[in-house]
Amino acid sequence: MDEKLVFLTICGMGVVTYLPRLLPMLLLSDRRLSPWIARWLSFVPATVLAALLAPGLLCRDGVFTLEWDNVFLLAAIPTFLVAWRFKSFFGTVATGMGLVALGRFFFS
Amino acid sequence: MKKLKELAQKKNGAGFWSGVYQALPIVLGYIPVGFAYGVLAQKSGLGLFNTVAMSVIVFAGSAQLIGAGLFGAAASPFTLILTTFVVNLRHLLMSAALAPKLRGWKKWQIALFGYELTDETFALHTMRMARRTPQKSQTFAVNITAQSSWVFGSLIGYLAGGQITDVRPVGLDFALPAMFIALLVPQVVQPVYLMMAILSGGLSVALYLLGFSQSHVIIATMVAATIGVGVEQWMKNSSS
Repeated sequence: MDEKLVFLTICGMGVVTYLPRLLPMLLLSDRRLSPWIARWLSFVPATVLAALLAPGLLCRDGVFTLEWDNVFLLAAIPTFLVAWRFKSFFGTVATGMGLVALGRFFFS
Repeated sequence: MKKLKELAQKKNGAGFWSGVYQALPIVLGYIPVGFAYGVLAQKSGLGLFNTVAMSVIVFAGSAQLIGAGLFGAAASPFTLILTTFVVNLRHLLMSAALAPKLRGWKKWQIALFGYELTDETFALHTMRMARRTPQKSQTFAVNITAQSSWVFGSLIGYLAGGQITDVRPVGLDFALPAMFIALLVPQVVQPVYLMMAILSGGLSVALYLLGFSQSHVIIATMVAATIGVGVEQWMKNSSS
C-alpha cells in the first residue's frame, strides 16, 4: 500500500472510531433518560473495566493461564488491595508496575 | 512533578493544570504502550508521518496495535476499517454513560470532548464527574494531556524502532492493567456492582477464549449491565 492510501485508510479508521464515541453523548446529553436506561448505564463503568481487565490477567497468547508464573495475576492481587485500601490512583499504578518488574526479576 | 502538583493546587485545584496533574497516571500508561505501538508500526513498514497520524486521528490503543499489525500483513483498507470499527464499538457504551454528565454543554464542546474518549479517559472522567461538575478547562486538560502523551510515545517508539524492542523488564506493560484496577475499584460502590464486575470479567475471558477477541468487551459489558439491572430490581422487590 502506498503512503497516500495508508493515510486515507487511517482517516477511515478515524471516522469509524469517532462516530461511536460522539453520537451517544451528542444525542443523549440534553435528554432526560428513562430511569431504566440510567440504571443500566450506571453499571457500564464497572462492567466495561472488568471486561477490559480480566483477559489481560487470566490469558496469555489466547490461552487461559492460572499458573504460578502468571506474573500479571500475582501482581494484580496486591494491586487490588492497594487500590481498595489507599484509594491512590498513582500509587496503585506504581505498585502494580513495580511488582511486575520485581516478579520478572525473581521468576525468570 | 511536585511542582506541577503545587501549580495545580495554586489554581484552586480546578483549572487546566489540575487536569494535567490528574491525567499523569494515564500518561504513565500511554507512553510505554504508545511506544510499543510506534515500534510495531515501524516494523510493519509504516512511515513516520502515518504512524503519528494514526495516533492523532484514531487515538485508540488496542485498535492501533491491531491496525499496525494488519498494515504489516498487507490487509485491505476495508479489513482495516471494519476491524477498527468492531474493536472500538465499545466506546458507544462509554459515550452513553457519560452523556448525562454533559448536560448543558455546547455541541462543539461535546464534539471535541468525544474525540478523545478512550477507555482510560472515560474511566477517569467517570470518577471525576461522579461527585461534582469539574471545570471544562480541567476536563479538556485531562484529554489533551492524555493524547499528547500517546502521540509522544508513538513518536519515540517509531524513532527507537529497531533499537529497543522489549519494554517488559521494567513492568511497563502492566501500566494499563494496573490503571484499570485503580479505576475499577472506586466503581464498586455496592455489592451488586462487584457481582456484575466479576460476571463481566468472567464473560469477557470466556468470549475471548472462544474466539470473540474483538467484540468480547462490548458483549460482556452489555450482558452484565442488563443482568445487573435485573438483579437490582429483584433485590428491591424482595426487600420491600
